[in-house]
Amino acid sequence: MTTTEKHEFPMARTCPFAPPPAYEEIREEEPVSRVGLPDGGWAWVISRHEDVRTVLNDRRFSADRQHPDFPALVEGEAASRRPDEERFLIAMDPPEHGPARKAVLGEFTVRRLEALRPRIQEIVDGQIDALLAGPRPGDLVDSLSLPVPSLVICEMLGVPYTDHEFFQENTVKVIKQSTPPEERWAAMEAIQGYMADLIAEKEKNPPDDLLGRQIVKLRADGTYRRTALAGMGLLLLVAGHETTANMISLSTVAFLRNPEQLAMIKADPGRTLDAVEEMLRYFTIIDVATARLCVEDIEVGGQLIRAGEGVLALGHAANRDPRAFENPNELDIERGARHHVAFGFGPHQCLGQNLARMELQIVFDTLFRRVPGLELAMDVDELPFKDDANIYGLYQLPVTW
Amino acid sequence: MKIIADTSKCVGAGQCVLTEPALFDQSEDDGTIIVLNATPEGELVEKAREAVHVCPGQALSLEE
Repeated sequence: MTTTEKHEFPMARTCPFAPPPAYEEIREEEPVSRVGLPDGGWAWVISRHEDVRTVLNDRRFSADRQHPDFPALVEGEAASRRPDEERFLIAMDPPEHGPARKAVLGEFTVRRLEALRPRIQEIVDGQIDALLAGPRPGDLVDSLSLPVPSLVICEMLGVPYTDHEFFQENTVKVIKQSTPPEERWAAMEAIQGYMADLIAEKEKNPPDDLLGRQIVKLRADGTYRRTALAGMGLLLLVAGHETTANMISLSTVAFLRNPEQLAMIKADPGRTLDAVEEMLRYFTIIDVATARLCVEDIEVGGQLIRAGEGVLALGHAANRDPRAFENPNELDIERGARHHVAFGFGPHQCLGQNLARMELQIVFDTLFRRVPGLELAMDVDELPFKDDANIYGLYQLPVTW
Repeated sequence: MKIIADTSKCVGAGQCVLTEPALFDQSEDDGTIIVLNATPEGELVEKAREAVHVCPGQALSLEE
């Protein structure tokens, strides 16, 4: 670390309900400042809401995480990059990114997702039945948080749910910060290999599921390649597993700690969507997904950033920026938090965001209606929060009722 | 007030549709924005402003 870098990244949270304490210091004192990275390099952190939106929506910041200069957030990451390999959607830039995203966007339109609502409700009800039929205390992560998004994304993609343990195990390895690079790469390859085999099978007679429909559509466009679709499938599967699951667990804890807020959604389920937005803002479970590489000199927040320099747009710092949210550290489901950046911003904004919103809304409406006496079976301070993962959350959530 | 949509900037996130389905829809093919009513009045004016504010591609603007 040189004298110009006061902080090292990534930083750990010290309270499960707040970003790392240094985020506030950075945002208020030097909103565009340098941080040291695990491999000895450095990057600019962007911490104000307005600046984060600017960076994430400006194509002069590249998302190509296979570029040798892209900021490496895990030690050894740079060395494990394979610049010649296929890029996932999240690592694509124009002109490659737009068509690749649009090819699959039809599956995630608001209208299309709305048609899935009854099935998602059925899945949530089934999992709550199982929770209520099981022992007390039960683990909400096992019974609800993980299976709901997993079942939904598996059904959408057409992935047999019986295989979910295999990719769940590998997903954990991919997102854990302490996983050695070679193990991380092996886990990625294992899921990608599985996905390529599954797609090869679907090619023979494409079924009416997301992957099957993509095969038909991309073949008609003349752009079908199995490896590219396997990458997309992997991305959707991994993103569909861990993110929503952790939001379900963390938000449940937050609701139980804030009974007056919980009472508001119980009295009027119409408020649950606002509550979901506020939970997304409040927890912002992914910060590290919004790294970028500056490819042209540009000034952000009064600071000149030069081509070749790395940038980290800190969503969690932005989502606690008092310039954008009054009393940002308070949980307030009525604040109108929709302009949060928990799903990112710009062309890479989360593809599955509206699916996540719907799942969270259905889960909370159903869980607190059907299990009105739900309570934590462990002190909040003792809960196993994921301090060591790139996606924040809970390993277990013991509850009783 | 008039809603202007730059479809070349649209990233298909559907935030406008979530804000006000009476004003916006999405192409079933690629998720791109479709403006259903470009000249909102009354309560819809505020909804149009919110849609502009949350649009991740900043594809929406207002002519007042």
